[in-house]
Amino acid sequence: MGFWLFGKKKKTPGPVSADRGLLVFENTSEVIRAEALLKSRGWNIRVMGPPPELRTGCDLVIEFPLMEELDVIRLLRGAGASLPLSVVPVNSPLLTPVDLFQIKDFGDFIMVRAANMKLTVEKATRTIVNVSGGGCPDVPFLAVRLIGKTLDDAPHPREIGHTLCGYALALAFEEMGRQCSQ
Amino acid sequence: MLAIVGTIPDPAVGILDGPVHMQASEMSVEQQSVNTDRGTPALLAAAHAACVFLGLEAPHALLVGDEGLGHGSRNLYQYLTEVLPGRNYSTMAYHYLQPDADWHDRVLLAMQSMEIMPKIIGDAGFMYAAKMSGQSEAYDLFTPDAGELAFLADSDAPHPFYTRGFILHEDGEVSARIREAYRHGNSARCLLVKGSVDRIAVRGRVLHTIGGPDLHEAAIQGIEAMEAIGGTGDTITGMAAALMESGRDAPEAARIAAQANRIAGSLAQPTPASHIRELVMHIPAALERAMCQA
Repeated sequence: MGFWLFGKKKKTPGPVSADRGLLVFENTSEVIRAEALLKSRGWNIRVMGPPPELRTGCDLVIEFPLMEELDVIRLLRGAGASLPLSVVPVNSPLLTPVDLFQIKDFGDFIMVRAANMKLTVEKATRTIVNVSGGGCPDVPFLAVRLIGKTLDDAPHPREIGHTLCGYALALAFEEMGRQCSQ
Repeated sequence: MLAIVGTIPDPAVGILDGPVHMQASEMSVEQQSVNTDRGTPALLAAAHAACVFLGLEAPHALLVGDEGLGHGSRNLYQYLTEVLPGRNYSTMAYHYLQPDADWHDRVLLAMQSMEIMPKIIGDAGFMYAAKMSGQSEAYDLFTPDAGELAFLADSDAPHPFYTRGFILHEDGEVSARIREAYRHGNSARCLLVKGSVDRIAVRGRVLHTIGGPDLHEAAIQGIEAMEAIGGTGDTITGMAAALMESGRDAPEAARIAAQANRIAGSLAQPTPASHIRELVMHIPAALERAMCQA
């Protein structure tokens, strides 16, 4: 171990809410039902008043672990509960998901990038040949299940992903479908 | 000793805590076979190859199965808070883990409780958590790609999925984003920004720009194809971690790793359908050439 380590500062950790999100519903009864459902499944959530920036929804929102948005939405849908009008980060409720795609043509292959996720398909066979990028643990999990399958046979990342990286891959998957149908 | 922390995509696998064993191209940790095609095992494979080349002991792996629900990651975070204060690692790299700011902070505190705090490298989900918790400056090296750099530069974004100013024409934007990331305190002391051109920056200033190497057309196409191949960023991080463990400072380790990754790509001549193992096998030769260019 070298001497350069001796100068390291020990910092006090900062606020911990940056990885939380808000589920914004149309009315309070939807909030109550979603709260009961999520709590019954062990989710770490809380009901609170909405931040002033929010101009839609009722006067209650549900704070939840934002990274696991895909999972929460799938649970609500599966239980027949109302889906939120929007899902926003706690610290910046006006932020919206990335909606731009980067397309790269490799000749026999085409790659679509959405946010931090990249999906590559062989044009002739519509076979998914690679998944790259991302940082959440469902990225390698999704890659195992998608690579080698065609766009028609592969499970949709929205159905088997769990995190925001999975969500970004789902957007890339849908854009790839549009690109390959042109 | 170099320790690498991350996940493997099998929720049935509990915590693995042991040195990496390589038999031919097969990796195992605590007798558990690990597929090196992507994610943290790809980083481990690259780090192992680099450690062997540099004459270092094999990296120590701290892994857990997690398919994205976060249960495995949180179990591993809990485990780390318990064991790290008694461990003696000189370099640690954190990788594919469920981003969780609260657990991140507890793990950072555990590292700060070690007798000597290791040099630390953040990539993938743990880098996201470090930025969200406002603790980026505690790190020696972050290794973002262009999209992740935009996330670091955006002080409000909780994840690259919500990043404003997503880079579509990266080359003209990267230097400005690097300065923003430092200005907001969202960068490690050294940044290695991976892209069509790799950049190494310290305190907002780009020290090294890595393009090339000068190649014939087929090799250039191979390097361009690396962007599509899962794990090509992980191999850079793995090599950089091993180089830091060998005593090189973060900017120098990052520069050699970025150069070596490109050389490995030129030697493998991959297509967008290639697997990362095709690059990893060229890491010793690539490191030798990159270090000769130092």
